[in-house]
Amino acid sequence: MIRPLSPTDVARRVARDIPDGSYVNLGIGLPTLVADVVGPDKEIVYHSENGILGMGPAPSPGEEDPELINAGKQPVTLLPGGSFFHHTDAFVMMRGGHLDVSVLGAFQVSETGDLANWATDEAALPPAVGGAMDLAVGAKRVLVMTTHTTRDGRPKLLPRCTYPLTAAAVVDRVYTDLAVLDLCPEGFVVREVAPGVTPEGLQAVTGARLTFAPDLTVVHPD
Amino acid sequence: MIDKRVATLAEAVADVADGATVLVGGFGNSGVPVELVHALLEQGARDLTVVTNNAGSGETDIAALIRERRVRRIICSYPRSAGSVWFEQFWRAGEIELELVPQGTLSERMRAAGAGLGGFFTPTGADSLLADGKEVRVLDGRRQVFERPLPADVALIKADRADRWGNLVYRTAARNFGPTMATAAALTVVQVREFVELGGLDPEAVVTPGIFVDRVVQVAR
Repeated sequence: MIRPLSPTDVARRVARDIPDGSYVNLGIGLPTLVADVVGPDKEIVYHSENGILGMGPAPSPGEEDPELINAGKQPVTLLPGGSFFHHTDAFVMMRGGHLDVSVLGAFQVSETGDLANWATDEAALPPAVGGAMDLAVGAKRVLVMTTHTTRDGRPKLLPRCTYPLTAAAVVDRVYTDLAVLDLCPEGFVVREVAPGVTPEGLQAVTGARLTFAPDLTVVHPD
Repeated sequence: MIDKRVATLAEAVADVADGATVLVGGFGNSGVPVELVHALLEQGARDLTVVTNNAGSGETDIAALIRERRVRRIICSYPRSAGSVWFEQFWRAGEIELELVPQGTLSERMRAAGAGLGGFFTPTGADSLLADGKEVRVLDGRRQVFERPLPADVALIKADRADRWGNLVYRTAARNFGPTMATAAALTVVQVREFVELGGLDPEAVVTPGIFVDRVVQVAR
């Protein structure tokens, strides 16, 4: 029986790939879960696009500072050693290749590593991009954390993105509820699968053609 | 003698002209110069181009400017926030122009204006539809899009403390676009929580040197 990974388990699996001492930006949505599951053995410095390094967890109720917020506009704290800087420097850190890891959500990822995560084809809402394009082009490693398919079961890993691109050929690795996949010259290479997932079953819910690593294993979140 | 302090918010924005391009600091509700924007609303300037990260939410500051039909065009990275109802309503009705700019490019375009540069090439957005109509070159093996500077007539920003020379220090993440916007406008107007004596700010800690600031007004918190 297929047992998809919970969002927290996917976050745990992502956290395992983030080395001690990394400077990391976690995108809005699913990626923010990663900060909750990184073990105490690692010192990770979290970056926020609005000018924070060393961002800490949410404050206790009543301790919120309305000006100390993260990219999702939620109250956060500053850890000892943290710093504030202005927006241009925040994006120098992103675009200039100073961040070790960027973890992003996705609407679609193509087999050439293209990322679509800022706009769908819905015309009723005004477009909004924020820092998505800067995060996608700048970090040393771009990790994507997403469900394997949309809510209505359509594949998100495709030969080519159909939604507007955020950036081309930027994604290094994708973590879904069903698998861990690397972007390689031959396309998506499946490294790990969730318990009960077969190669045929995974291919059936994936738009792009998959290659399976010879040493394919079952995902162990911890 | 240099004294950039002004007594009232009204005085601080008195000469903003119709049709002006106005930079407004802030990210979400952090660092927004709310009282200066309200003073601009009362002052009555219209046909404005507003450059800011978000398009306001609720009924205050930028949302109020939009609601009162003072904004012809908005240049921002993320106009769709919880409560950005006035922007969305005007946008759907075709009554406000939107120029969408990736956030880092928005900041860097203002930096380029303040730094006297003619523009810059950036990989951000080069493969996206936000590069449509712009020059794209392959530089150092990467596709990069040419972006123009974004100068303005006025910047409205919020800082924490200032002296009479206009030296500024900020508070936590409220700093955001302030230091960059201060460099990019012909007239930079700042609201602060507190004035200090000249020499009262640690020169090692000054974030925006007074050369970039024209007027400072105190707004008690």
